[in-house]
Amino acid sequence: MDQFIFGMEVVMNGLMTGVMYALVALGFVLIFKASGVFNYAQGVMALFAALTLVGIQNGQVPFAHLINATFGTSLHHFGWTVPAVLAVALTALVMVLLAFLIEKLVLQHLVGQEPIILFMATIGLAYFLEGLGDVMWGADIKTLNVGLPQGISDGIEEVTATWFGYGFFIDRLDLWATLIAAMLVAALVAFAQYTKQGRAMRAVADDHQAAMSVGISLRFIWVMVWSIAGFVALVAGIMWGTKSGVQFSLSLIALKALPVLMLGGFTSIPGAIVGGLIIGVGEKLFEFTIGPMVGGATENWFAYVLALIFLVFRPQGLFGERIIERV
Amino acid sequence: MKLTLAALATTMMVATPALADLIVPNMSYRTGPYAANGIPYADGFADYFTLLNERDGGIGGQLVQVPECETAYNTEKGVECYESLRTQNPLVLNPLSTGITYQLIPRISQDGIPLYTPGYGRTSAKDGSVFEWVFNAPANYWDGASVAVKHILEQEGGDLSGKKIALVYHNSAYGKEPIRTLEELSEKHGFELNLLPVDAPGQEQKSQWLQIRRDRPDYVIMYAWGVMNQVAIQEAVNIRFPMDKFIGIWWSGSENDVRAAGAGADGYKALTFHGVGRDYPLYDDLQQYVYDAGKAAGAGDQAGSVLYSRGAYAALVIAEAIAKAQELAGTPEITPAQMRDGFEALEITAERMAELGLPDFGAPIALSCQNHGGDGLARVQQWNAGEGSWSLITDFIEPDAEILDPLVQEDSAAYAAEAGLTARCN
Repeated sequence: MDQFIFGMEVVMNGLMTGVMYALVALGFVLIFKASGVFNYAQGVMALFAALTLVGIQNGQVPFAHLINATFGTSLHHFGWTVPAVLAVALTALVMVLLAFLIEKLVLQHLVGQEPIILFMATIGLAYFLEGLGDVMWGADIKTLNVGLPQGISDGIEEVTATWFGYGFFIDRLDLWATLIAAMLVAALVAFAQYTKQGRAMRAVADDHQAAMSVGISLRFIWVMVWSIAGFVALVAGIMWGTKSGVQFSLSLIALKALPVLMLGGFTSIPGAIVGGLIIGVGEKLFEFTIGPMVGGATENWFAYVLALIFLVFRPQGLFGERIIERV
Repeated sequence: MKLTLAALATTMMVATPALADLIVPNMSYRTGPYAANGIPYADGFADYFTLLNERDGGIGGQLVQVPECETAYNTEKGVECYESLRTQNPLVLNPLSTGITYQLIPRISQDGIPLYTPGYGRTSAKDGSVFEWVFNAPANYWDGASVAVKHILEQEGGDLSGKKIALVYHNSAYGKEPIRTLEELSEKHGFELNLLPVDAPGQEQKSQWLQIRRDRPDYVIMYAWGVMNQVAIQEAVNIRFPMDKFIGIWWSGSENDVRAAGAGADGYKALTFHGVGRDYPLYDDLQQYVYDAGKAAGAGDQAGSVLYSRGAYAALVIAEAIAKAQELAGTPEITPAQMRDGFEALEITAERMAELGLPDFGAPIALSCQNHGGDGLARVQQWNAGEGSWSLITDFIEPDAEILDPLVQEDSAAYAAEAGLTARCN
């Protein structure tokens, strides 16, 4: 009985963790859906967004070390702090600017190239952004506080203690992440279904050439999609950065999104969510039940094994589009 | 923080040192996921040698060159650094990575270049009769495990029977190092040991901390590095695990590791083999000859931090070994083999530490042909979140030699058999 109750707690935490994975996967899906590009830089975009957010919030002078080393000054901070909401809005604007620059300096020159060329370009972009983040904001670990609560939810602990005789642990940050992810997905789905820009985005996703022939601007769509992916990266960066502090290993969260994408499909927003939940619950349950028998630390590899099993039966992922090519 | 650009510039500037200079490379990581830890260590290491050059004209009249090579805490890059640095005739290497150390041991043994790995690397390298070129004083991973258990014993009035201790560890060669020691100690003291591995990089640890919450261990010992530290401490705060019963090894005990968790991290403990803070006379000289002179490594903003202190301490031990080697060789221009002799004759007393401006900073070190690891003493520091600083809460604690010595002998003998080595120091 105890094991069953513990198992329920593990499942609940797995679901919450899955939402955190899905937040990262969403950014990949948006860009892949609209342009067929697997954006290797998505994890680094989350890092860059979080670094920028903390920098703006704390009034940090960007490129301070470079400026000081060049001019012999001692600039570090402007001497002010920016409220969290305003800092998030300003960071979102920075991500829009970044999207514009990526389109202008990278994608525009690669229109019509093979997807692998675009993929390689995003690898270069990842290294560039990581270096830029370092030069702009420094490599030290930064505390991120936008007012999101952390720690055990006392309400859930009390309720479950009454029901099951054992109070479940649920992190309040994970509850917020779930709420925010739900709002984000609802907004994205509504945007794609009911707005002119959203429909144009879907048209581009279906067929670039056909969309352009009816007057849809590919450049505008790409800037828009990369901006939205930048915003999603910012949300993921906030959630993961609140937990661990903002540091360069944040870019590695992309590794957690890959099995989610393989499972949910690269082109489906609901797929990213469902895939995240399945991976989250699957890896946690496996660690709980089988982990102790095989020495533990199964989560990283089990997520990929689970995704591979799904691939055998549904190569396009659970919600991905089935591609039929005539020869 | 030091920028990648600046690191590159420094590397280029010192890439071709004068032949007569003493070459002590700084194998650093200022980029990548572990940069936040690599930067203060590299700065402390470089600043100490800058001080010796500026204040004393080097060591024995010879300037010390510190060419820097970026490893990014990546084993392959570390080996590439070694291949590049060895052409510059280095006296000693300090790679600051257990993974790189394991890869370099066969290479440096063949090339005859000493490897100094304080507080990390291969523990059994303490046995100088097998590991001729490797030194890991003042303490190693097994010493750390034993000191942590001794501290817990003291907290529990000398009796650990029936107690539960969980080890949360980085699922790598480094993280697994203390397991055998803790298993032996568990048998000796009668506590139950639970092992909880975390896969690198360690951003997701919910399973491990849910298990800790269910099992309710009396103490948690942690061997982690990088982001795993911050996440583990935050998760411990989240489940309300008592922080004064959570003890990290020295690589889980820097300011970087606790700050992200805010006030919740108050009371967290970690081991250390050196002092903390800037309240030592050495810093007056560093201020005068290095910081004020604009010669500090990086941005000059790391002085006094835990990892800066550790980098400076590593440089101090190397500098003392160089001086001893010069004394034995009768010349200031020494070879790597003479550097090894210097290490093996190294003695740093409490009085010498005071002379160097670091009284009570590190335990006395006395090495020999047989003993390359010193006595393994370490102390416990505790985080005060309100003040944002560490305080030393114990004296230096001796590890349990009765348990550790046979383990070291066993492991080094296995290495000797595998590598076909004959024991030296007879």
